[in-house]
Amino acid sequence: MTSTENPVRIAQLSCGAEYSGIQKEIDSAVKQVNAVMVYPEVDIADIESIEEEFGLKVASPDLKLVMARAKSIVTGKVQVDAVFVATCFRCAEAALVRSEVRRYIHEKTGIPVISYSFTERTTAGTLLTRMEALTTTARRKSLLAREKQSGLTAGIDSGSTTTKAVVMRDDKIIGKGWVPTIKVLESAEEAYANALKEAGVKREEIQALGTTGYGRFLIGEHFKADLVQEEITVNSKGAVYLAGKQKGTATVLDIGGMDNKAISVIDGIPGMFTMGGICAGASGRFLEMTAKRLGVGITELGALAVKGKAENVKMNSYCIVFGIQSLVNSLAAGNTPADVAAAACHSVAEQLFEQQLQEIDVKEPVIMVGGTALIEGLPKAVEELLKVKVIVPANAQYIGAVGAALLASGFISK
Amino acid sequence: MKVFIYPTNSLILSDLVERFGHEPLAIMQEVGKKVKSQGLDSPPLNITPEDPKLGLKYAAVEVPSGVRGRMSLFDPLLRNAEAAIVVRDPVISFGCMGCARTNELVNFLLRAKKIPLLELDYPSNEEEAKEFVYKISEFLKSLKPAEEKK
Repeated sequence: MTSTENPVRIAQLSCGAEYSGIQKEIDSAVKQVNAVMVYPEVDIADIESIEEEFGLKVASPDLKLVMARAKSIVTGKVQVDAVFVATCFRCAEAALVRSEVRRYIHEKTGIPVISYSFTERTTAGTLLTRMEALTTTARRKSLLAREKQSGLTAGIDSGSTTTKAVVMRDDKIIGKGWVPTIKVLESAEEAYANALKEAGVKREEIQALGTTGYGRFLIGEHFKADLVQEEITVNSKGAVYLAGKQKGTATVLDIGGMDNKAISVIDGIPGMFTMGGICAGASGRFLEMTAKRLGVGITELGALAVKGKAENVKMNSYCIVFGIQSLVNSLAAGNTPADVAAAACHSVAEQLFEQQLQEIDVKEPVIMVGGTALIEGLPKAVEELLKVKVIVPANAQYIGAVGAALLASGFISK
Repeated sequence: MKVFIYPTNSLILSDLVERFGHEPLAIMQEVGKKVKSQGLDSPPLNITPEDPKLGLKYAAVEVPSGVRGRMSLFDPLLRNAEAAIVVRDPVISFGCMGCARTNELVNFLLRAKKIPLLELDYPSNEEEAKEFVYKISEFLKSLKPAEEKK
């Protein structure tokens, strides 16, 4: 994100953004990651013939324009480093085009693509992490190719719920710290101090530091980090590293405290990804509240869920308020806490499946990371829905910190 | 009379309406107002996130923001419309609002308004084109001219 780098050229293929009043927000997010938006030129004839060529008939002319612009990129008429496909939230026709255009560009060119469905409430802040991941994938392929951690490095992941830190030496984790996020800087200090203490090293001995998560900019500045990176890139790298699946395809799922990430990875580099963050009912917070209601710790919820049967509990809503109420009602109706725990895990997994996994190519191995991956009932529910084996690597909860420490080792020579 | 045209950015329709002594209600004038307004900075059209909320007058929140944003632009035109000409399935170069759902809603609202309305298909050959212009001119002639209205 330094200004000395050439700006990344991102093609904007969108329908409705200017009429939703969010073009300014898109432009602002793009500016913050030192990129420029490009609007591929097309002829009227290209728009008129695109349905036949693309094989998808649509009623809205702006969606025909999106497809024609995609073709212009694929045929090399316009040169771009990355593509942003965006359409209105709740438009079915646009959702079909968005998904197919993304797949088309990704498969034909390998250019990184992200897609987003916006409302008038979309802000630059919401888009920033996605744009950052998109430009990093386009700009820093050599950094992302790193497969081994070297030297003595550290990573801090300042998440919305918890702050994690690790210290790594010569490709091994030698210290870990994990604290709830209360005040961003203080929590980061505490987690980092714990990791350093366990590793038995002093802060000044650390050769390079990477930060990630919601608080990455603040803690990055505070600790003078060598790498400040969003969690899509870092988690992809950390997941394939910890799971020992650095080569080939993989799918990384991370159900976080505030948002979920589903990332399709090739050779450790994120390709297509989605980030969900609209509904708390699809987040780790839902499971935390279920555990509280059942009177068990969050660390016990998973084992309890594995013993239960989700189908025994009827849930009327995914909502964190009404869904929890359904669970409470089912307890009153005689269901066991194990069944309720299983139903909660199934509910979160089902939302991930319905809302996010439809938009990426789910390719094995499927790796679940983040603290929620340790709630055993959750990977089990995902396995049942996807009908594939889910890998939960050791130290899955430290994924962001490990990814940051791994990538930070690329900065040691500097 | 104030004649709503659809597609609302069709220069040909706008010109025809003017030639017959009426006032075309076209999107260009609404976009012009937004672009020239001081204190707004939301390029390219200066539509802000508040505009789709104004569109809630026409469509509920589950309707995409792009439809509601367009509807907020059309609102003064729809309110002032005394007659309307709607061209069905035009080619893009004739005029285009980009969104099929908006087209459906606007066309419905015009029909529901019970004002003089001419709906016709976009011509596909020269003969049809002549007929197209003839029908529009006859319709416009049948309307009371703007200056005679009061």
